Amino acid sequence: MSADKFSNPVVRWIDHRLPIFTFMDHELNEYPTPKNLNYFWNFGSLAGISLVIMIVTGIVLAMSYTPHVDYAFQSVERIMRDVNHGWLLRYIHMNGASFFFIVVFIHIFRGLYYGSYKAPRELLWILGVLILLLMMATAFMGYVLPWGQMSFWGATVITNLFSAIPLVGDSIVTLLWGGFSVDNPTLNRFFALHYLMPFLIVGVVILHLVALHRFGSNNPIGIDPSGPQDTVPFHPYYTIKDFFGLSIFLTLFAAAIFFFPNFMGHPDNYIPANPMQTPAHIVPEWYFLPFYAILRAVPDKLGGVVAMFGAIAVLFILPWLDRSPIRSGNFRPIFRIFFWVFVVDCIALGYLGGMPAEGIYVVLSRVATAWYFLHFLAILPLLSVIETPRPLPQSLSKSVLGGNAMAGVASAVKEKVR
Amino acid sequence: MAKIQTLKQGDGSPNKGRRDFIVVASYAMAGIGLASVAWPLIDQMNPAADTLALASIEVDISKIEMGQSITVKWRGKPVFIRHRTETEITSAQSVQLSDLKDPQTDDERVTNPQFLVMLGVCTHLGCVPLGQKSGDVKGEYDGWFCPCHGSHYDSSGRIRKGPAPLNLEIPPYQFASDAVIKIG
Ligand code: HEM
Ligand code: FES
Repeated sequence: MSADKFSNPVVRWIDHRLPIFTFMDHELNEYPTPKNLNYFWNFGSLAGISLVIMIVTGIVLAMSYTPHVDYAFQSVERIMRDVNHGWLLRYIHMNGASFFFIVVFIHIFRGLYYGSYKAPRELLWILGVLILLLMMATAFMGYVLPWGQMSFWGATVITNLFSAIPLVGDSIVTLLWGGFSVDNPTLNRFFALHYLMPFLIVGVVILHLVALHRFGSNNPIGIDPSGPQDTVPFHPYYTIKDFFGLSIFLTLFAAAIFFFPNFMGHPDNYIPANPMQTPAHIVPEWYFLPFYAILRAVPDKLGGVVAMFGAIAVLFILPWLDRSPIRSGNFRPIFRIFFWVFVVDCIALGYLGGMPAEGIYVVLSRVATAWYFLHFLAILPLLSVIETPRPLPQSLSKSVLGGNAMAGVASAVKEKVR
Repeated sequence: MAKIQTLKQGDGSPNKGRRDFIVVASYAMAGIGLASVAWPLIDQMNPAADTLALASIEVDISKIEMGQSITVKWRGKPVFIRHRTETEITSAQSVQLSDLKDPQTDDERVTNPQFLVMLGVCTHLGCVPLGQKSGDVKGEYDGWFCPCHGSHYDSSGRIRKGPAPLNLEIPPYQFASDAVIKIG
């Protein structure tokens, strides 16, 4: 590969010294991609674009935001009323966080269904879970910044989770607070970290992409492409498909920003923080609700915290829990049913996390929490042993073009050899 | 002795034992160096001197009627002061220790049984329990109730039901006079 493929002499001159154009051509243009990807494969690029939207709007918001307990709330109100286009920038950032999570959750469930976490993509998956963790930390600290009632009490409850750690718990909480309660030092450091962490996410996203491009995308059939007849170049085929998906995403995003900007928020966060009074019903942002439900389902402080972090920890070891060699759920008749039960279970946990912790809700939360862990720790390992998968197609081309595909024959041979 | 033997057995480098020692010692030094650089970077997050200095406050409790509570702010946290009624005191004193999750007698929690002074911070995850105002829900044990995840405290501020592990904390305080207490 040389710089010859570029006709522009300036590009050629640069590329010879710094092969950035070759790199981009390789990874974004000619990059061979399975030709049978469905729309669930749009959500990776959507997640990347969401991250960029958050960073751009965040940096401009930071130009008018004041991280001080006496001014933070007012400075956000000033952004909403007086700063030019401030309302728009804040509503984009605020709803952007929700949309980012919607996109990432769909992206993750895509991976769960099509077995994208299986060899050789284990590290790719683990980096993804790490991104989820960093996003959660970032969003949590961002939500503290406007210093409303939910900001303050959310920060109090979440930082107090660490007090459950035996022996050192209280010292850790004091260290996080920089005082004896959530106060100005806490707000200051949360702002510093909220600014930093998205850039750490960018770093992990780059590693995620390096790992992705090592073996290329998985696909709805879950078998590897056996040659050029099974792939198409990324550009223009998937760039255009991603753009189409993006336009739909942006339409929905704009609808939320302009017509229901506070739908996913909580009205109590428009009340300035009051350290002397907890709101009657505190709930975290919607994207934390399933985890919050797990926290509350366990009647013991340390146990609840362990279960909540455990809910994410199981995702890290998932590639070793599901030992079935078949990637795609399309060919796993029993897995498929349990997958959908699991989706319902997660939605149920989200609903229960938003309800008061009393009566029937507590019982249901416990059942749903037990199921969550059962799915990963018992059902998936068991299925990998007892399930009989349906026969796999011989190649991607065959599955796309039907039984009489010419290309299918050649690749089927290769498949056998492999 | 062991060392000398390794030296004698030899593996082409007569000073292997000494070299290993130097390598391990340098790693150890580098480790200590890194830790001592990291410590100020971490410890700066702990409470600063001026935060620590905001230590004590004085509160006039003579105006609190029996059956009334007030909330004051100390170290950024609410402190509950309640002038308890006779029934509250007797019911707090008559509880069996074996019924308690965090066993403590009422006597251990008060200086003067009439006045209960404690942090209004739920020992679960730090919400402020309800029960200070007359209209508030007081929970199943006629004390305080934390709405966040449903912890019930009795009229001595002891945890009776719910996820909180400990009784409401008693701050360090003393009676400066009959009418004034000094917290901190
Ligand atoms: C992973 C990317 C990010 C996520 C998920 C995120 C999330 C959030 C959330 C949930 C809020 C609270 C919005 C509200 O309710 O008002 C917030 C506020 C804020 N964020 Fe971010 N953020 C991200 C990136 C950034 C970046 C890179 C900056 C740059 C400094 C930034 C600066 C701010 C500021 C100044 C606020 C306070 C203003 C406000 O409340 O609207 N954010 N963020
Ligand atoms: S904070 Fe009081 S019950 Fe959880």
